[in-house]
Amino acid sequence: MNTLFDKIWDSHVVSWIEDGPDQLYADRLYCHEVTTPQAFDELRQRGIKCFRPEKIFCMPDHNTPTHDQDKPIVDPVSKKQVDALTRNAAEFGLSYFGMNDPRNGIIHVVGPERGLSLPGMTIVCGDSHTSTHGAVGAVAFGIGTSEVGMVMASQCILQRKPKSMRIKIEGKLGNGVAPKDVALYLMKKITTGGGTGYFIEYSGSVIRDMSMEGRFTVCNLSIEMGARGGFIAPDETTFEYLKGREYSPKGQEWDKAVAYWKTLKSGNDAVFDKEIEFDAADIKPMITYGTNPGMGIPVTDNIPEESSIPEAGRDSFRKALDYMGFHAGEPMIGKHVDYVFLGACTNGRVEDFRAFASIAEGRHKAAGVTAWLVPGSWEVARQIRAEGIDNILEAAGFEIRQPGCSACLAMNDDKVPAGKYCVSTSNRNFQGRQGPGSRTLLASPLAAAAAAVTGVVTDPRTLMK
Amino acid sequence: MKQKFDIITDTCVPLHLDNVDTDQIIPARFLKATTRDEKFFGENLFRDWRYRQDGTPDPDFVLNDKRYGGHILVAGKNFGCGSSREHAAWALAGYGFRAVISSYFADIHKNNELNNFVLPVVVSEGFLRELFSSIEADPATKVTIDLPSQTVTDTATGRSEKFPIDKYKKYCLMNGIDDIDYLLGNKNKITEYENKIK
Repeated sequence: MNTLFDKIWDSHVVSWIEDGPDQLYADRLYCHEVTTPQAFDELRQRGIKCFRPEKIFCMPDHNTPTHDQDKPIVDPVSKKQVDALTRNAAEFGLSYFGMNDPRNGIIHVVGPERGLSLPGMTIVCGDSHTSTHGAVGAVAFGIGTSEVGMVMASQCILQRKPKSMRIKIEGKLGNGVAPKDVALYLMKKITTGGGTGYFIEYSGSVIRDMSMEGRFTVCNLSIEMGARGGFIAPDETTFEYLKGREYSPKGQEWDKAVAYWKTLKSGNDAVFDKEIEFDAADIKPMITYGTNPGMGIPVTDNIPEESSIPEAGRDSFRKALDYMGFHAGEPMIGKHVDYVFLGACTNGRVEDFRAFASIAEGRHKAAGVTAWLVPGSWEVARQIRAEGIDNILEAAGFEIRQPGCSACLAMNDDKVPAGKYCVSTSNRNFQGRQGPGSRTLLASPLAAAAAAVTGVVTDPRTLMK
Repeated sequence: MKQKFDIITDTCVPLHLDNVDTDQIIPARFLKATTRDEKFFGENLFRDWRYRQDGTPDPDFVLNDKRYGGHILVAGKNFGCGSSREHAAWALAGYGFRAVISSYFADIHKNNELNNFVLPVVVSEGFLRELFSSIEADPATKVTIDLPSQTVTDTATGRSEKFPIDKYKKYCLMNGIDDIDYLLGNKNKITEYENKIK
């Protein structure tokens, strides 16, 4: 009761069905090329148009190559899917940031960056990482393609209201501990299914002190705990970030908006269905050893012994280690690394490139490591150049690619070969996620850089100035 | 496919693993399809578990185990976690599964199943454990899922459990109605809401 989640959700309920879902109004629908073609078909079959086309924004990101974007996509199947979005956006009169548009990038990087995702909004997209937009103080969640069709047809979605959870993290993060480590720590503690049925509000001094980039990372990974979404009450950091962006309110409208946004917080008397508190001092640089994001440990720890795993989970634990080619009880430090991926809606923002460069500076990419450094958007690519980060990285033997989802799910050419190990700043280490047979170790940009310059899993703190 | 759901009694396929993610149910490379061809998705259900890298069926995977069959999938907890891809529900439906039984489902995937008339049946961990035992002891074990009375019965043990589903979704599944049908009939309220918040 009286949580920020209640305030935003309840103010968007158009009607409700007795013993059924709420009819929730969506302020924004984002569309990428993978989960929308069948929804557009549904509308065509019914002979209807988008109900509120001005609230829908489309851009390709999953299939886009990370090089030669000025040329047609070589893979004919990927090209067909991207072309379908281009055509559908035109046919239905929707805003479209195509591959050659300077506003293009990963949808969850672009939305906030353009000022399209604003505090107090409800935001949906056919993509589980829609939770990212929660960092601006919005209720944002991923939906299926049928639900995308619903929103196109009515700007509403039928949805049961999730329960609310508050996660507080108090204290100060140690040197070398990144927002990604906070998220990996939470996933380990809460497990990959522990947030199911909940919407999470993140709070506490660690979150308050965090940059917007860090907040996006934390909210992005809410879904990896099974939570529908996660968000952070807007504050000065949020307003500072949004001010002057393309679609952010301007002039008097801005002042009015900020005055309203300042009211968006959970009441002192707010009652959550669940509250958990963590101490920042317990969080260390993390890495995953298994095949779900909850299978993380401090990078300096050993892989757990089987006896420490609850009996019901031992089959899955063994299967995961077998897939990864690891053994229970062995250390992660020193493990061989073939690939490094910096990017994705999780860690593809300028701060992530700054962090990576802080370790790469004055060093060189290890021989035998293939590194893919992929900005989350063209805007991020511009920031990287403006700050001279590109020079540092190139001097260290790294190449910056063009924006897109890339090796996070390998729908383009950036695929990790079977059996190879990739230290990745993305969000999922599922079997085959980065290409059939690929083995993913999730970590922060700092840890990814440490692996890239040494060729093995390394504690980033040992390389920090 | 809007296939109405009432009562089914059938044998089950036991997928005795927790946290089965939608990347396993349908790998990303199959998401490039621009149509909703359930046959295509069904053929690629659990593709990388069903087939080895050389393309031959993996005999160790349960879908290739001739002892098991039927239209009900029984899976470990947190089924369908990860990606929101509805293609996972299309693949389950395309393969022929009408229902999935687990102790809990990931939220987005659960909705995707419901929107495709595949029934997610949530049972207690104890019931699930017993069900796995019954099926693994005798693959001919039949299970009855009765949507009108919201019960699931393990015919081997005779044990029954009630499962939750909201009244609205139950009505949709039993009558072959989807949410768009409902929302399109409700446009006045949406405009009313928009005028109110202006």
